Amino acid sequence: MQYLSIMADLTAFLEKLNHVFIEKDRYKQMLIGLLNTFKITAGALVVGVIIGVIIAAVRTSYDKNKESMALNKGFGYYALSIINSFCKFYLTIIRGTPVVVQLMICYFIIFANARDGIPVAIFAFGINSGAYVAEIFRAGIMSIDNGQFEAGRSLGFNYLQTMKSIIIPQMFKAVLPTLCNEFIALLKETSVAGYVGVVDITKAGNTIAGRTYNYFIPLLTVALIYLIMVMILTKLVGILERRLRKSDR
Amino acid sequence: MTDNVLIKVENLKKHYNGGAVKALDGINCEIKKGEVVVIIGPSGSGKSTLLRSLNLLEIPSSGHIYFEDTDITAKKVNINVHRQKMGMVFQHFNLFANMTVLKNMTIAPVKLLGKSKTEAKNEALELLKRVGLEDRADAYPSQLSGGQKQRVAIVRSLAMNPDVILFDEPTSALDPEMVGEVLDVMKELAADGMTMVVVTHEMGFAREVGNRVLFMDDGKILEEGTPEQIFGNPQNPRLKDFLSKVL
Repeated sequence: MQYLSIMADLTAFLEKLNHVFIEKDRYKQMLIGLLNTFKITAGALVVGVIIGVIIAAVRTSYDKNKESMALNKGFGYYALSIINSFCKFYLTIIRGTPVVVQLMICYFIIFANARDGIPVAIFAFGINSGAYVAEIFRAGIMSIDNGQFEAGRSLGFNYLQTMKSIIIPQMFKAVLPTLCNEFIALLKETSVAGYVGVVDITKAGNTIAGRTYNYFIPLLTVALIYLIMVMILTKLVGILERRLRKSDR
Repeated sequence: MTDNVLIKVENLKKHYNGGAVKALDGINCEIKKGEVVVIIGPSGSGKSTLLRSLNLLEIPSSGHIYFEDTDITAKKVNINVHRQKMGMVFQHFNLFANMTVLKNMTIAPVKLLGKSKTEAKNEALELLKRVGLEDRADAYPSQLSGGQKQRVAIVRSLAMNPDVILFDEPTSALDPEMVGEVLDVMKELAADGMTMVVVTHEMGFAREVGNRVLFMDDGKILEEGTPEQIFGNPQNPRLKDFLSKVL
């Protein structure tokens, strides 16, 4: 008796699944959404890391060299101070406003003529993530003992060589967990891309929910997909971390 | 300038807070080739600041430093080239934590002197053998004892084939039983004719190995002389007071 009722429940559920995802090929929308979420996240990640590296480099170079450069105030000193101020301004604006608002400003004001929302979303999320990545990298560089830097300089490496060969590799290892955190946050933040007409995974789920009057299955599926993506990302970073930890006892 | 003067310091000053703190207050001294100069003095006397100024890790407020007849405090000088010829050994070793001993020693010769990896590696192994650490070539710094780290730090600076090595309290961070192994390496270096400037609290080393001892306090060199003069017949009351406390 009980067996039959479970069977009946299962059949009903499969029917619902069929209705939600298979009819009218609605699963294709989910796949497109998934692909778009992936595109936006990956693109924004690249943009964010590039911006982050540049800004962290400027800010730490300024902090480390302002004393020595102030002694003979050349062109470089003034250039670096101006760029440094600009970086601070950028960090203040980006970290001080919500990412949805930034995204909408990008789409409806700055790129008002854009037809495709995806590049705009990549741009907006990249600019946003860059601010956070910059501070993560800066914190990482500051956390490396200054003795490492002095040892590099005393051997004859110039500032950039010291950074590149000695400080950055150690910094990267130190910030990897925090950086992973930022990437996870970024992945989930892209769920607001629907605001500018991009069909990401959240938007796709929401649309299907509206069409089929079934919210349970599509939204839980969306949640599950995010969860799986985050778990995969965490796993990959974990592997990388273990590899880099070789030099610790 | 005479031929055998390697480093010449002229009226060197280092002020903080707009002159309120005078870490170095008009230092004049010369370091000759092959000489072992030991700088002693109470903490806060400016001895480490002076040493770190010699390769411009500290930027002096005024004065001149001539290294091999070049004024390295001049604006247009590329200090990186000169630093290749001035090794430095730090109190806290400062081995590159993410690299093996071998990589620590070869990275600078390969990237800065253009040596091939094999050549640099062979030279590094040779140097490691000299300090009895050839079996630790593939170890990471975190796997070494303090004394081993400092010996690696010394041969790392030697790998650049420098004209002078600056030692900034090389034994101060070591367990007492490890001090000896580091001092032995330094004695050997001195015997080989390496020019050395050593800031240390090891009075025994200063007396035994130093050719000349500088006593500093309040950013000034108060007395200068051979170890016999400084330890046997000190003149300055501050030096007498200092020696009565440390000896």
